Amino acid sequence: MIKLQGVCKSYGDEVTIGPVDLEIPRGGVTALVGPNGAGKSTLLTMMGRLLKPDAGSIEIGGHGVGTTPSKELARVVSILRQENHFITRLTVRQLVGFGRFPHTKGRLKPEDEEHVSRAIDFVDMHGLEHRYLDELSGGQRQRAYVAMVLAQDTEYLLLDEPLNNLDLRHSVQMMKHLKRAADELGRTIVIVVHDINFAGHYADRICAMKDGRIVEFGPADDVMTRDTLTRVFDTPVQMVEGPNGKLAVYY
Amino acid sequence: MTSQTLPDRETRSRSRQRLLDWKLLVGVAVVVGLLVLSLYTGVYDVVGAEDGGEMFAITRIPRTVAIMLAGAAMAMSGLVMQLLTQNRFVEPTTTGTTEWAGLGLLAVMLLFPGASISMRMLGAVLAAFVGTMVFFLFLRRVSLRSSLIVPIVGIMLGAVVASVSTFIALQTDTLQNLGVWFAGSFTSVMRGQYEFLWVVAVVAAAVFFVADRFTIAGLGEEVSTNVGLNYHRVVLLGTVLIAIATGVVTVVVGNLPFLGLIVPNVVSMVRGDDLRSNLPWVCLLGIAIVTVCDLVSRTIIAPFEVPVSLILGILGAVVFVALILKQRRRG
Repeated sequence: MIKLQGVCKSYGDEVTIGPVDLEIPRGGVTALVGPNGAGKSTLLTMMGRLLKPDAGSIEIGGHGVGTTPSKELARVVSILRQENHFITRLTVRQLVGFGRFPHTKGRLKPEDEEHVSRAIDFVDMHGLEHRYLDELSGGQRQRAYVAMVLAQDTEYLLLDEPLNNLDLRHSVQMMKHLKRAADELGRTIVIVVHDINFAGHYADRICAMKDGRIVEFGPADDVMTRDTLTRVFDTPVQMVEGPNGKLAVYY
Repeated sequence: MTSQTLPDRETRSRSRQRLLDWKLLVGVAVVVGLLVLSLYTGVYDVVGAEDGGEMFAITRIPRTVAIMLAGAAMAMSGLVMQLLTQNRFVEPTTTGTTEWAGLGLLAVMLLFPGASISMRMLGAVLAAFVGTMVFFLFLRRVSLRSSLIVPIVGIMLGAVVASVSTFIALQTDTLQNLGVWFAGSFTSVMRGQYEFLWVVAVVAAAVFFVADRFTIAGLGEEVSTNVGLNYHRVVLLGTVLIAIATGVVTVVVGNLPFLGLIVPNVVSMVRGDDLRSNLPWVCLLGIAIVTVCDLVSRTIIAPFEVPVSLILGILGAVVFVALILKQRRRG
């Protein structure tokens, strides 16, 4: 369970996030949605201890974020941010191997290599594993980073816009994979997504944010309604019945 | 994740590359050949003369060992700096680290005229550390980490520090000492005053030991934190190690420009950036380049010598410009 209590963060005088109280139960995929600047990424970043909240407490799987040593936390939760500026020339396999660092401190044992291989296959990059990151497309690089946090083998997985840079096929694949990781391996996955229909279809729960606060949180079906989405996004949204469930139409 | 396990052999063949292979052995052999050549190059006939053996022990061996240690140290420092700053053009002589070390050395020599070599070294190391920290703190405030602005600012910073040194030297009539020091050279290396260089062997071992941490730090603060690394502590550790290596080399040998730039870039182009598996190569190539440059500097106007920094500077400048052009082309 991820538990946030009175979490606040402010930048300057204008942007304020929180106070946020939230309890994300174990298992399943939870999608954080909302307009730009709603504070989704900031909230996720705080959960992943990359940013310190001004006030409040965050607990992941019983471990207090901010009170648990970072090393220990790295075996419980992994977080991937959307931007990764780097010039580092590592191969995909080397990068994914560093996802094992919390468990190995550097030396990969055969079972670690297996974790790495599985993570690479999971994101469909077997054929590219010995390529250097700077020779890959943005989407391939994105998948390599996702493989890295998968190899970290944590129960909780926080992903900031994992569909960024991905084409249609890989977006669908990524969501299917994440859902499978949640369903079959019992992982708890929290993602920030922009495409509301991806959230509606693949997520078990949706948490809608606006102006730094949580305005709606519940099973995906309950949040995917005309009124709620229109209110959250300040844009007229219609719901239609698609071949595989409800779809939000906003154009 | 999928539950099927891969066949054993496939897992092994997919593993990371091994550290030792025949290519590395060939590299070692070539470098050893160069070092032997270096041992037997010089004006004095160490083989024929009566006291040849003694001369060999007093000057040739120390010189060759110094070349080895200094070459490896500077190349390694450049690599670690590049990982920590995520900038390809950064190395001790393009960030002012060397100049700071020089200032520290000068300060110790002026404040404590009878200072031992270990005290001078301490001064140089401390100043190098302060200078590198100043540079890193500056870097944190710039958003364009990969840009050329970074080394330009570093070179400017170094020039300012060097001019402070020059001013002090002018005031205290030590300009000539400074000039001799600034021109890195192995000419004066001999038994009894180069032994401190062995410290950098310890530094190299330390870098090898924590190599993975530096590589991860090269992926950025967020990725480091994610895997449970204290990013700032890694940067601090890296800075300490760089300062020690640079400070010691500066005091014993002097300025070895661009070495930390050429070597890591060439190695990275061929082998990528995994520090642990690259480190032997970076050390080897650093040694090889310094040895060749030193051989040239000793033979080009024999029986006299030019400073090795002159040869290195020319070579380094060419590589530096080539790197910039290459990056431009890539866009």
